[in-house]
Amino acid sequence: MPAAVEVDGLVKRYGSLAAVGGIRFEVAPGTVFAFLGPNGAGKTTTVEILEGLRRASAGTVRVLGLDPWREGEALHRRIGVIPQEFRFFEKITVREAIEYYRSLFGTAVDPGHLLARVELLDKANARFDTLSGGQKQKLGLALSLTNEPEICFLDEPTTGLDPHARRAIWSVIRSLRKEGRTVFLTTHYLEEAQLLADQVAIIHRGRIIASGTPEEIIRTHGRPSRLRIDGPPAVADLLRRELGLAARADAGHVEIELSDKHDALRILAAIDRSGLRWDRVATEDDTLEDVFVRLVGQMDEGTLKSEAPA
Amino acid sequence: MKLRHIGAEFKVVYRSYARNPVALFFSLVFPIILISLFGLIFSSVGSSPAALYVVNDDQGSAVSGAFLSALSNTTVVSVHVVQVNASGFASWLGQNDYPVGLLIPAGFAENYTHNRTVNVTVFTDPADAASSGAVLGAVQGVVNEFNLHSACGLRPSCPTVVGIQLANVGSPVYKYIDYLIPGLIGFSILTSPMFSLVDVSSSYRKEGIFRQLSLTPLTRSEWLAARVVWYVLLTFISAGIMIGAGIGLFGAHVTLTLGVLPFLVVGPFFFVSLGMLCGSAARTPESAALIGNIVTFPMMFLSGTFFTVSSFPPGLQTFAHVLPLYYVIDGLNQVMLFANAGRALVDLLVVLVSSVVVFVAAVRLFKWRDE
Repeated sequence: MPAAVEVDGLVKRYGSLAAVGGIRFEVAPGTVFAFLGPNGAGKTTTVEILEGLRRASAGTVRVLGLDPWREGEALHRRIGVIPQEFRFFEKITVREAIEYYRSLFGTAVDPGHLLARVELLDKANARFDTLSGGQKQKLGLALSLTNEPEICFLDEPTTGLDPHARRAIWSVIRSLRKEGRTVFLTTHYLEEAQLLADQVAIIHRGRIIASGTPEEIIRTHGRPSRLRIDGPPAVADLLRRELGLAARADAGHVEIELSDKHDALRILAAIDRSGLRWDRVATEDDTLEDVFVRLVGQMDEGTLKSEAPA
Repeated sequence: MKLRHIGAEFKVVYRSYARNPVALFFSLVFPIILISLFGLIFSSVGSSPAALYVVNDDQGSAVSGAFLSALSNTTVVSVHVVQVNASGFASWLGQNDYPVGLLIPAGFAENYTHNRTVNVTVFTDPADAASSGAVLGAVQGVVNEFNLHSACGLRPSCPTVVGIQLANVGSPVYKYIDYLIPGLIGFSILTSPMFSLVDVSSSYRKEGIFRQLSLTPLTRSEWLAARVVWYVLLTFISAGIMIGAGIGLFGAHVTLTLGVLPFLVVGPFFFVSLGMLCGSAARTPESAALIGNIVTFPMMFLSGTFFTVSSFPPGLQTFAHVLPLYYVIDGLNQVMLFANAGRALVDLLVVLVSSVVVFVAAVRLFKWRDE
């Protein structure tokens, strides 16, 4: 099956500034792809190029096999988009907005059904300027689905939303995936990406610094699992002395990197034998967020190179 | 262009407008306020005795002298005797914007004293019923008096000695309110679409609504066309209100023919496009408003809206002729007042051609998306 999105050598320059500096990635159809990056990394520029709203300075971009800039008209019938901070006609009601899009796209989607799907049916007759941020975003999502799109581009759809509204949008994203649609999501909520995405790419300063499934990225770029034991600093001394492990004591707990999972058993046995006081035991793994923060930090310090274009 | 798209967009425009009290006020109520204001200021001028210009070809006779002083005594008219050739009197009245005139023929005294029928001629302007009625009444009264006092007197066999013959002044004479109606229709054809489109085109771009629309099958021409349709409709309504108010409140005399309609269509077409062009030329809503005002304000006052262009100094008249609104208002004047279809057609063509040029330019300059 051909890729839903193919990007190769994409460059976007604004004057002398390269907002996007030669990136490459693919999105498989029917998957959720999360495009991550700090503010100003080049996420929105890239998404807008994919949507045909901006023209690439160099490189190839194909969305559903189409060139977004040249074949925008054909492409727009097959994709749905919520831009960042979705705005609409202030005096138009939610239902009227859906009906407007329905007439423009010539589709027969039922407005009530669509609004129920994004949990906005109770606001069907409210005007846009009376909606809350979350409700506006939900309307944007509903509008982007009026044409039954094959790919949905969601540019930071949950930024600034309360947890309830965020979860409502997550559940729509999951249902889109179930229906076999491709979702291209940008976000700076790492937990959101980890929860929803099949594939992730992290962009920083216009370059992709990591990509793969969330697990792959954590495995490649994260630290090893850690064992954490609540107890006095004497526990750390014991482990260093008896087992030769690099144990770190910190306010009321001790942390040991586990290069081998069997070490956990030896550590616990050693402490037990020593008669030292110990309490809660837990293992800790890096989250996507930990990896992200470290990668971005390393790149800012100049110790990390972007992924070599394959 | 797809009608379905224009229809969908039209609903958005209409709803946005109808739910905005300020916009409705300026489109529908403001013109009535203007027409009342200007109507009141200028209609009070000249409500004193109607000036009656008289050509007396029976110079020096005591009878015609007595006739004129009897007219003066009615206080309804003020008599001004002028030296004008009788055959050119009608057109002289028209050229000088005088609505009424009286011609006393040569041999008036001679015929009167010999009981031979003689007619005085009253020239009136049918469009100015008020002056015509007053003057005719006064003349009729004096004529009756002269007939009673003729040598023949009241005997049944007596013929009517003095009669009244009616004629029209050379060209109709108009009141200020008559010019004000086409002028104010032009004013609202200019202001409603210009201010709204300049604002919408720049603020929708800033808010990203155009980018949002660019992701739909709606085209820029369809977007603009829906607005043209809306402003044509709004112009029909506001023109109807102004004509109604002008006739109802101030007794304006305007001719309503089908010839008015093309101007009510092409005018908004032009100014919707021009508003879009100004809004697209600017980078920010603030500079758009500035450009819009620079383009709009000279037209608001110098195109014959409140004052006829022919009353301007020559330099300003030349300037008025480059303003597109001049041709809309002049065309409306030609149709509603002067029944001059030829000149109206020229005006219409000027506006139509400019509209097409500006529409195309606006659609080209107006970008949904950035490079």
